[in-house]
Amino acid sequence: MKKYSPSEEVDFVVIGTGAAGGVMAKQLAQAGFSVVVMEQGPWGAYGHEQDYSKDELSNRFPAEDDMLLSDPKVQKNTFRRNANEKAVAGNHNYGCVVGGGTITYGASSWRHLPWEFDEASRFGTMTGTGIADWPVSYAELEPYYTQAEWEIGISGPNLKTPLIAPMSKPYPCAPLPLKSSGFLMQKAAAKLNLTVTPNVAAIITAPYNGRSACINCGMCSGYGCQVKARSSSAVALLPIAVATGNCEIRVHSYVREINVDASGKATGVTYFEKKNNNREVFQKAKCVVLSANGTETPRLLLLSKSNRFQNGLANSSGIVGKYLMSGNGGGASGLFPDPLNEYKGCVTGAAVLSYVPNDVKGRGWYGGGRMTARGQMSPIQYGLAGPHGAPSWGAGYKKALVEQANRRLTMVNFISQLPVETNTVDLDPDVKDAWGLAAMRITSTSHENDFKAMQFFIDKSVEILHAAGATEVWADQVSDSRGGAHARGTCRMGNDPKSSVVNKYHRAHDVPNLFVVDGSSFVTGGRNHPTMTISALAYRAADHLVKAAMTGNVTI
Amino acid sequence: MTDSRRIFLLKSFSATSAAWLAANWPAQVAAAEKAQAMGGFTYFTPAQAMEIDAMAAQIYPTTDTPGAKEAQVVYFIDLALVTFAADKQAVYAQGFGELSARTGGKPLGSLAAADQVALLTGIEKSAFFKTVRDHTIMGMFSAPQHGGNFHKLGWQQIGFDDSLNFRAPFGAYDKA
Repeated sequence: MKKYSPSEEVDFVVIGTGAAGGVMAKQLAQAGFSVVVMEQGPWGAYGHEQDYSKDELSNRFPAEDDMLLSDPKVQKNTFRRNANEKAVAGNHNYGCVVGGGTITYGASSWRHLPWEFDEASRFGTMTGTGIADWPVSYAELEPYYTQAEWEIGISGPNLKTPLIAPMSKPYPCAPLPLKSSGFLMQKAAAKLNLTVTPNVAAIITAPYNGRSACINCGMCSGYGCQVKARSSSAVALLPIAVATGNCEIRVHSYVREINVDASGKATGVTYFEKKNNNREVFQKAKCVVLSANGTETPRLLLLSKSNRFQNGLANSSGIVGKYLMSGNGGGASGLFPDPLNEYKGCVTGAAVLSYVPNDVKGRGWYGGGRMTARGQMSPIQYGLAGPHGAPSWGAGYKKALVEQANRRLTMVNFISQLPVETNTVDLDPDVKDAWGLAAMRITSTSHENDFKAMQFFIDKSVEILHAAGATEVWADQVSDSRGGAHARGTCRMGNDPKSSVVNKYHRAHDVPNLFVVDGSSFVTGGRNHPTMTISALAYRAADHLVKAAMTGNVTI
Repeated sequence: MTDSRRIFLLKSFSATSAAWLAANWPAQVAAAEKAQAMGGFTYFTPAQAMEIDAMAAQIYPTTDTPGAKEAQVVYFIDLALVTFAADKQAVYAQGFGELSARTGGKPLGSLAAADQVALLTGIEKSAFFKTVRDHTIMGMFSAPQHGGNFHKLGWQQIGFDDSLNFRAPFGAYDKA
């Protein structure tokens, strides 16, 4: 791997190695630019993926070098429901390893539908929300979705239905198995007139780009993939970036500040270098790409205060960190007479698409959701959670645990969450992280509309489970989100520098050579399946950035 | 796994910190296995091991099928307390005292089964009981190399196949 000296001015520093950072690193390095990619976490099993652990206990209690996710005790964060509350210790975490969240995610890879880019124009806005049109249309993004799907490696059905975004090219791989849960969904769909399809996933089902097909091991979401079937950034993108000879990945490098000069241009980044007792190192760069995820990205901008940017970098609008959408869920579970064995195969087999579209008049609330059927529980997880309607220990526990084993199906729903200005990521005034920096503080309460949405999907889940033949059904309680890996919206894109952080090319309005590319750019949240859109946006951003940088002026 | 490996030598790691243990888990497991091969517990005294074995036997009892005793969960917990659960040593230390106060110093396992259940029901909200409950279940259902789930009997009871390589159909409803 190419190595750069921190004092050498590289063309680009990319902060983050996940869904967006991986695309940016690859595209920029392939275009011939010098790139240093900063990763806060460790290598993981990059390049020796067969060493990813499938052991549930050590996955639950990983040794320090085997951690795949951030640790809320180290990457400290706090949470409060509203600005009147004092924030308490939070449990928000995210992928923290080379590959970011794509190492461990469930890998659902749905495109946004065309109308998810201009919901304000189509459906109107709603009081108390910041619903707005994106400055990018589906038509503009479509070629980049296709490029992302083929370069990253996506499997899915090739169906023509208004419930799936129109595609100029089919998916490169056939879909994953429907699993028993999917067949039961089909049974319910026949009775209730629903549209059920195999899931769209960044998991390959046939050898593709030198990688092996999924072997349905079942230790999937939350685990690294040993056979490289999950199309993570670390197997699908970063090795190509490194192979150009232009790209260095620097692990255990926690960026604490994006530096600027007196003219307001970014000059590079300052990071803690773990291998040298966390000494601070300055990496000089002509241009900075920030892809640290929907919560760490705004936090880093807010941490990067300077005389010129006293309110945080790229924050003249004052909306860095605002409009956080972490994603809502909720559903129901049911027991079936025979074993589904959902622990085999990847986590999601099928999706119910019928309630993806808006139907404000019909349902009385704004938004929609994609329903998924799953029942995957690994042994320790199942034992600790315990059987439904039974004691938590003793003979009754054991009897029910054995009887219910592998017979459970849970509807897990991915529901729209409206952008609300007061839902924010900012800096906690009291709590510091393990490096002494202000901890992330999340403030979030969903709009009242979203509680109706959650209740709707809980009720639908109960109905569907009954129709599928469940012998016993129980519903989740409505539960508002408190953070999590799907964070979006905190550096929203737009044409007006007063009401957005980045422009339609992801360049910060306030900083000519700073690009913010990840879920934070989202204007509205879609149906809480963000990764494919993050990837497509990154390909589009990289395309424009490469063209501009070739001419020597990245101010696009 | 041989039964002689199951006769452990007393060895204390009480001076080591949880952070150090977490970072050095694999090395720690190797050290513990070496201790076990010489015959003995890694953390518990024999008397403490007996109490935990009795508690685990009520939490996941032997019925018409094997329970925590047969799955040798006490050995899992013994190892847990010097590895990933080292931060729970104090909970156990305090719990042993409370348990002894309730049994009048008699071993829990020497009481009638119904009395054991009643006693444990009385403390089921305590941090000690909850911790032993969770550790018992982890010991039933984690991979045998961690000390419990002897002969994979926990996995067999819940129908878990650890092959890690499957082809559809997976269950009863996706068969053609």
